[in-house]
Order: sequence, then C-alpha cells, then structure tokens
Amino acid sequence: MKQSEDRKKSSSKFKDSLLNTLKGMLFPISAVIFALFVSVFFVMWAKNLGFGESASLLFRSLWKGSFGTKFNFMETLVFTTPLIFTGLAHSLAFKTGLFNIGVEGQFIIGMITAAIVGQIPGIPHILHILLIIATGMLAGGAWAWVPGILKAKLGTNEVVNSIMMNFIGMYLSNYLVMGPFRKPGTASTQLIQDSAKLTRFVSPNDRVNTALFIAIGFAILVYILLWKTTTGYELRAVGTNPDASEYGGISINKNIILAMVLSGALAGLGGATHTSGIQYQANQLFGFPNFGFDGITVALVAKSNPIGVIFSALLFGALNYSSAGLQVVGIPSQIASLIQGIVILFIAAEYGFKIIGAKISAKRKKEAVVNE
Amino acid sequence: MSSGSIPGAIVLLTATLRLATPLMLTSLGGVFSEKSGVVNIGLEGIMTTGAFFAVYGSYISGNPWIGVLFAMLSGAIVAGIHAVLSIHLKADQVISGTAINVFAAALTNFLIFKFYGVFSQTPGVTPVPYPRDAMLKIPVIGTFLSELNWFVFLAFGLVILSTYILNKTVFGLRIRAVGEHPRAADTLGVDVYKIRYICVILSGVLGGLGGATLSIGMMNMYLNNMVSGRGFIALAAMIFGNWKPLGSMGACLIFAFADALSLYAKKFGLPLPQEFYASLPYLLTMIALAGFVGKTTAPREDGIPYTKGER
Amino acid sequence: MEKVVEMKGISKIFPGVVANDNVDFELLKGEIHVLLGENGAGKTTLMNVLYGLYQQDAGEIYIKGKKVEMKSPKEAIDLGIGMVHQHFMLVHNFTVAENIILGKEPRSGMNVDMKKAVKDTKDLADKYGFNINPNDIIEDITVGQQQKVEILKSLYRGADILILDEPTAVLTPQEIDELGVILRNLVSQGKSIILITHKLKEVMSISDRVTILRRGKVVDTLNTKDTNIDELAEKMVGRKVNLVVDKKPLNAGKTIFKVEDLQALDYRKLPAVKGVSFEVHAGEIFAIAGVDGNGQSELIETIVGLRKPTGGKVIINDEDITGKSPRQISEAGIAHIPEDRHKRGLILKESLAENAVLGNHYRAPFAKGIMMDYVKIKEYARKLINDFDVRTPSENVSAASLSGGNQQKMVAAREINKDPDLLIAAQPTRGLDVGAIEYIHKRLVAERDKGKAVLLVSLELDEVMSLADRIGVIYDGKIVDIIDRKDATEQKLGILMAGGTLKKTQGGAEGEAIRG
Repeated sequence: MKQSEDRKKSSSKFKDSLLNTLKGMLFPISAVIFALFVSVFFVMWAKNLGFGESASLLFRSLWKGSFGTKFNFMETLVFTTPLIFTGLAHSLAFKTGLFNIGVEGQFIIGMITAAIVGQIPGIPHILHILLIIATGMLAGGAWAWVPGILKAKLGTNEVVNSIMMNFIGMYLSNYLVMGPFRKPGTASTQLIQDSAKLTRFVSPNDRVNTALFIAIGFAILVYILLWKTTTGYELRAVGTNPDASEYGGISINKNIILAMVLSGALAGLGGATHTSGIQYQANQLFGFPNFGFDGITVALVAKSNPIGVIFSALLFGALNYSSAGLQVVGIPSQIASLIQGIVILFIAAEYGFKIIGAKISAKRKKEAVVNE
Repeated sequence: MSSGSIPGAIVLLTATLRLATPLMLTSLGGVFSEKSGVVNIGLEGIMTTGAFFAVYGSYISGNPWIGVLFAMLSGAIVAGIHAVLSIHLKADQVISGTAINVFAAALTNFLIFKFYGVFSQTPGVTPVPYPRDAMLKIPVIGTFLSELNWFVFLAFGLVILSTYILNKTVFGLRIRAVGEHPRAADTLGVDVYKIRYICVILSGVLGGLGGATLSIGMMNMYLNNMVSGRGFIALAAMIFGNWKPLGSMGACLIFAFADALSLYAKKFGLPLPQEFYASLPYLLTMIALAGFVGKTTAPREDGIPYTKGER
Repeated sequence: MEKVVEMKGISKIFPGVVANDNVDFELLKGEIHVLLGENGAGKTTLMNVLYGLYQQDAGEIYIKGKKVEMKSPKEAIDLGIGMVHQHFMLVHNFTVAENIILGKEPRSGMNVDMKKAVKDTKDLADKYGFNINPNDIIEDITVGQQQKVEILKSLYRGADILILDEPTAVLTPQEIDELGVILRNLVSQGKSIILITHKLKEVMSISDRVTILRRGKVVDTLNTKDTNIDELAEKMVGRKVNLVVDKKPLNAGKTIFKVEDLQALDYRKLPAVKGVSFEVHAGEIFAIAGVDGNGQSELIETIVGLRKPTGGKVIINDEDITGKSPRQISEAGIAHIPEDRHKRGLILKESLAENAVLGNHYRAPFAKGIMMDYVKIKEYARKLINDFDVRTPSENVSAASLSGGNQQKMVAAREINKDPDLLIAAQPTRGLDVGAIEYIHKRLVAERDKGKAVLLVSLELDEVMSLADRIGVIYDGKIVDIIDRKDATEQKLGILMAGGTLKKTQGGAEGEAIRG
C-alpha cells in the first residue's frame, strides 16, 4: 500500500506492491466465491432443483438483475453509493482498532438530519447541498462521539454501546418523523426542497446521482488521510499497537474519539446523501435499513482499504439490488444476507486458515533455514 | 397479557420477571462462554435461531417441549460454529460473532419462506402450556404466579445452579482457570480447548433457550426482528453483573423493568412519546455500563485465542 | 547411576527457525544438571519438548529407560516430570491451594474438596519446609513465594524430575542461595533436577553437570567441577568473550535530571512508587538495581508520562515536567528505550521506516503540516539502520521480521538519535544474545562519555556492575540506598535488594559521596 516515492525503483516497486495487493485480495475474493457456491445449495433446497440448474438460475438472475440492463446497472450504482460510505466508515474504525457497529445508527441519523435540513426553503442549490453534507456529517459524527468518548474516558465497550445507540437512533428518527416533522396522514416527513436534491446526472428516471462522485471522492480522501498524513499515522498506530503509540507520544483517547467521530461522519454523510439523492424524505422505520451492517462486509472484503471499498461496495450493491429481483423467480431474497454472513464467517477465520497453511508448508519442508 | 383487574404493581412486577427471563438465560450463556475466555457477541443471532426453531419444533411435532429442545439444539449448533472459529481457527471473536448474527437473521428469514411460504412471521403454534387457572387458586400469591410462565422458574433455577457449578465444582474451577490463564491450565493437563468448546456450546444452549422464551414462552409465533438487541442487552447485563450469574440476573431485572415500563407506560398514563420508552432499555444499558465499568473485571484472557505449543 | 531422562537426536523446527537440531541430553538420578546457553539457544524449547508442550519433529525420549511419547503435559506429569516455567503459570486470582490442585483436584462427588486441598497443600509445604499459606491469593504474595508455589505444584503431582526455567531471574542474590539449599534438599530426597540458565556463576555454584547449547545444537556436556567460568563462557558464545566494558573515567557534570519524592500507583491502584528521590548528572550512568516487581516499571512510566504521579516532582534541566504528556516530556529532552520492545518500543506490524520516526513523526523534517514526507522518513530510517548495524533487507520490511537483537538496536538507534539530555534505558538487553548485549552496552557508554545523562534500569546485577557509575537500589517502591559503583559489591547490593540496610556496616558513607 505504501507506494514508494523513490522514482528509480518505482516501476518494480509498483509491480511488487500491486502483486502484494492482489495476494492480499486473494482471500476475500475466494471468500466471496465460496459464499456464492454455498448459496447455490440454499437455492437447490428452496427450489428443489439440481445443482447446475440452481447455479445457472441464481447467477443468471443475479447478473441480469445487477449489470444486465442499463437501468439495472444504474440501480446497482444507487445501491452501491451508501455502501461506499458505510464501508469507509467501518474501514476507518477498523484501522484504528475499533469496531463501530453503530454505523447503522449514524446512517439513520444522517438520513433524518438531511430530511429536516432539506426542508429549509430559499437556499441556493450548491449551498443547500453543502449544508446537508456538513450537517449530515456533524450529526453522524456526534452520534458516534458518544460511544467514542465512553470508550476513551471510561473504557466501556464500543460495540455494545454503539449497538444501543443504533436502537436509540432509530427511535429518535421515528419520533421526529411521526412527531414534529410528520407530513399529516403519512408515516413520512415532508419532501425536501428541490434545492436540496442531488443531481440525477444520467436521466431523471435513473436514480443514480452525484452522491456516487461524492462517495468516490471521500474514498480517495480517506486513503490520503490514512496513509499520507500524520493523523493517519497516529490512527493506524493506535490501531495496531496502542501501548507503543502511547509511548510514542500519541494520545490513545484522542485518536479513539477522532476515529469514532470521523467514522460516524462518513456514515452520517452516507445517510444524508441517501436522503437528498434518493429518498427525498425520511420514513418511519420498522427495522434497520441495514446499509450500516452491510458496510461491515464491504470493509472486511476490502481489507479496510478505502479504494478497495469502492469495488467491494459495487459487488455488494449489485448483490443487494439484484437479490430483490430473485423473488420473482421464487428464490428468497435473503440469499443476499446469507451470502454476506458466510463471507464474514470465512474472513473471520482467515487467520486460522493462515496458521493451518503455515503448518502444512512447514511440515513439507522440514529443512527450514535458521534465521539471522 | 394482563387483565384489567390485576393491580398495577403486580402487572409491572410480573412483566418485569417475564421480560427478564430471556435476558437472564442468554446472559448466563454469556457468563459460561466468557468465563472460559471466549467472547460471544453472536448471542443475538443464537437467540434468533432459538426463537425460530422453537416455533418450528412445536409446529412439526405439535408439542411445544419438542420446540424447546429444537431451540436448545439449534442454539448449540450455531454456537458450535462460533466455537470452531474462535477456538481452532483463532478468529477475531467479535467479527465471528457478527457473522453469526448476520447469518442467523438471514437464515431464519430464509427458513420462514422455505417452510411456510410467507415472509417475516410464522403462523401461530402451540405455546408452552402454563397452568394459569390452577395457579390462580393458590392463596395470596395466586394472581402473581398466574402471570408468569415456566421459563421464569427455569431461569432462576439455572442462575442458582450455574453459581454452584462455577464456584464449587471441579468443572467450574477449570472453567475459571481456562479463562484467566489457559497456559497454566494447559501445563497442568487441563484440556483448554475441550473446556472452551463445552462452554461456548453451553452458551448456545442457554441462548437458544432464551430465544425460545421469546417465541413460544411469551407468544405463540416467531416474528422477524423479535430479538431486537436483547442478545446484546444480555451481554451488557453480564458485564454489568461482573461476569457472575447472580450479578447478571440483577442487571437483567433492571433492564427488564425498563422494558416493562415502556410496555405499560401508556396504560399508566405517563406523558412523553412512546419512542422514548421504547429506547429506555437501551439508554439504561448504556448508563449502567458507563457507571459500573472499571468496577467490574473481565476474565483476563477473555477474547484471546489460545494456541497450544506457541513459541 | 540410573539415567532418569534420555533424549536422543531431538529436533524441533519452528517456521524459519531450527530451535533444536539433533540434540542429545541425559539426566542422572539425583543430580542437578544445568542446561546452559544464550537467549535463543533452544534450552526452553528442548525442555518444553520433554514436558510435552511441544512435540519434537525428530528424535526419541526415554524416561527411566522406557521409550515414551509426550503428546501433552499430561503424559509428562504422569511420568513424574514437573516444570517451573520462567513466566509463572499461576492463576492470579486463585488461592495458593487452588493453583496447586488445579487439574488434579481432590473431589467429593462433582465438587472440589477444598478442605482436603488446603490440608494437602499445608502438609506438602511443611514437608519441604516452605513457608506458604494455602489460602493466600497469588497476586498478594511475593514473587519468591510464587516460585515456591510453582515447585509445590510439581511436587503435589508426585514429580521426581523437576525442570526449572531461569528460576533465578526474579530473585535476590540471597534468595538465589536459598533456592540452592532447597534444590540440594530436594536432590537428597531422591529428586533429579534440570536447571535452565544463561548465568555462569549459578552453574558453578549449584550444578553437578552442565550441558551447553548453542544455536540449537549441543556443544558439550561437562562435570561442573572440571570446568570454569571462562571455559563455559567461550563454549556458550562460541568465541572469547570480553565481559568488561571499556569506560572513560567518570567526568560527571551538572545535575540534568531530578526526581523528588515521586509517588505512583500500579494497575491495581495500589502504591507502587512510594516516594522516590534521586538525581542524574551529565556524563554519568545512574543505575536502578533491584528485583523485578519492586516498582521499577511504574517509576519509569511515571517519569516519561505514561502513568500519572500521585505525588512528588520530576525535573529536567530545571523544568518541572511532573504529570505532563509523553510528547511534552519527550520534547523536554528525555528519550526512553522501553523495557518491553514488543509492547511499547515497536509497532511490530508496521515497517521499520514508520517505526523509525515513532515519537518524532509529527515534526519536521518528517512532516510538513499534516502531510508526512515518506521520502525523508525512509532516508532517516536507512541512516539509523546503517549507524546501528541493524541487519535487515530494507527499511520497508515489518519490524516483526527482525530478530530480537536487531529490533532492540532499532529502538536504541531511534532513541539515541533523538539526541536527548537524559537517556532512559529500561532493561535494554533483556532477552538478547551476547553480541547484541555488547553492542547496546557500548552505545550506552558512548552516550555517557559524550556527556549525556543516562538512567539505566536493570534486573541483571552484572549489567549494573559493569555499566553504572552510581547505583540506586529499589525495594518495595523505595530507593533504599544509593551507593557509588566503586563501593558496591554484589553482596552489599544483594542485602539492599532484599530490603536490608548497610548503614551499620558502612559507617557514614550513606550516599553523599557522589562526585568522582
């Protein structure tokens, strides 16, 4: 990842680093392939078909439903966009050694914030969008700040706390939707102003919008932040060895809070652009929209690499969108979540597989070399 | 679930006990798993699995007790996956638990469709019977007893039994040793992996039982998202209760009281929006954790995979 | 004599390392047999194989003439082998009795028969003359007592072959003598003992025979009475060893650093540093000697800002830095080689380049504003690698891929290059081989000779004696005495390390004779 600035050797080093990146990606990719393979068995079971038939039905439907037509491809991008944001949010937290499972709640808070801010009349388009971005990030960041500061100051587990914050966030959003901002007779808020809507740049019928570019832009920003700045150095240091970081004059607490807030801000931004690009209003929630939880898989498959997140989000965006269409051919859409669950299980075990691999190769070549 | 003639205090008390039951059972599962050194945030998913399979077992057999058995078995199997990942494959236990949660939610959804051809909830089945009328005849506490279910008694019984097992028996001594200093136990010939497997699978059995309480103990069906964070609250209760069965029980009772309050808030004519009461258990969990952290200690090697023969 | 243990042709390979290479080893009944070798020579690995913690890749083990397979410690225990590990295997919040019976519990039904457990422990302790209370919690007793619990654990299991891994590392010289008596006593009761150590003096004073390991291979097996320290040293290291460090005569300058009545708590919130005062002058090495766990770690952490003081003052160059952050303290002119290079000193998974600037990463020339300059950082890392002879393929490899000695050189290089006024070196040679030890010693002395103040913390008396100009002995969180190197003897330091005083024996020379 750390590309060399040494120009003389840069081409060979670039090759090395590309090779390493590809090697690193081997495991997540095989996890995805394995999960798809397992999912075929679920289709066989659901449809009482043979393996070949099930596989071809599943994969054809998934392909057609995601990239097969221009409209589907555009919708896939619509599903991809929020996953880039939540994938980035998780990646940044993972890099700091934190598990911000509260991305879900921060996303919800971002959505409701944009739905409210978007209703302010009389603001020029660009300013309104900037305002939505800023407030979405602020709100998401604030929501993540709570478990962050609780972890930093009191040492309470950020996982449990941010899960609790997810539920509280959902109920808060529901209260605002059904209470002060309710559009009478509906379970939603009023529509946002036109000035607050992100541009649908393909056609008015294709929901894909400039949020996609904002997402890719932020992926690049997060990459630069993590690998080119002192802030990133400190975040990563705290993530890999907090004791050494503390010794090196890096404040663990400050960086834990910072990472949570930045992670929450990315999640909140994802929610805000989802409102101002797609939904145009906030609705009463009866369960989690799951963009935040899906971001866990996105980040894990991307190995927390911000650029990798873009592609990983595309993969799961395609899967999520096309799975809805599976219902038509009688395959439960839950296949998409099942695939995700298997992918995470597989990736969680990566370390174990590596040990087993190392053991096998060590047994093969007993004549190992003495070090030094 | 409550009739108008029963005094408010008893309504609230019995609701608290009923709502505490799934938390207590699951929380006990957490205690066993973590005392042996394996963090299990997959308890949420284990409860979900248990809740569904309890209904399914009752559905296919017509006997709710078979359902309970199904719940324990399915919980054990899902926990078994977590055990293999955490113990032999040395997975990040939080990630593994998350995978279990995602997987369990998807699987139950899938199975509802496969078995019943519908989405998001199962049809009604025979719930676990409870002799309500017989209880009502008992003098003085009859009304109180009539509002409970068998799971409530089971949960309290298991809390006492678990305390005994952990503190008095050889098995308990070994569990605690394995969670605090697995290498010490290993060097004395105690099989660390075996004890951790037993404890994680036991946590699955208890979590599954907790799930069954929700589906066929308190209702007669499985609804999507019916666990809604209770697995996590049970975990918080375990931390709050200092990784001890009795402490966790106390914590569960407090959270359940908040839950009961939210159910009956309207009835008691309390002001404030309904969403506030709904978020009360979660809010309380956070406050409790913040207030008590540092005063409780996790087993030293909790969450750290143990490698035999490591350099 | 009967051979109670015979290991033939043992090989054990770890990924990338041959830890044992065709090793033969035998233990006779009733002897104390030392396994001597440098850190990393493969002593502990060999014994872990014997104890069933590792399985050998080649070779055979015979116990009392019978060939055996050691699949786990269970087999070893059943065959009468007990092992006291260097890092004690005690459950910190269990009682002494619970620790001793674990795995072989007296039962009544399903329950542990705690009454019998306590009685058995008491009887056993009495039989071997150990003064131990079975109901004490492990974390409340001293390290010396914990070691006795470890020995009792083995005896409780009926061990007649005892393996002790570096048992003296945590003991005062007097406690070491006491251990020698205990071991002799055990041998007279028919036990056979294997002692792992890298300390030559102990070999001479305690053992009957000695087997020397170097880089995983057996160099020789000798009768102790037929050999001497110089021969052992040469066989252990593989070349002539110069145990003396060359130092210029002391030329101490003004007081650079001062600690006044410093107090701090340990992780259990109990007092660990109980009013420590001392000064370090320019151009001298001030050593803090003492047995592990007497507050050294907490003292250093408090000085460098990793732990909040509960009282007292820390002053460098007349600037009060008490309770400031690690960054502020580093900027005030203190650099610190930490006692645990894996925990604190390095971010093992990151590259050497990123590690080279840890603590300076935010400053010019390594950062401009918030942007890091990796060209400058790599340049600097290469300079450190060159200057300190760090053996590594490049600055881009992870710190984890280096050997312990090279990792420590990297840490030392980084800290010394910060050009501090005070250099703190906490156990700077822990776990290193002789070559690396010599190198680190040379660099520390060079800093002193350049006129820097050096604060050394060491558990090794030899190290203290060869490097220090003045020695402060710490016991139970207090500096019990400060003496000049020229007045110090191992025996005197030993008395102080155990909490005794020298005032009666030493007349008026309490420690004000500072200047040379």
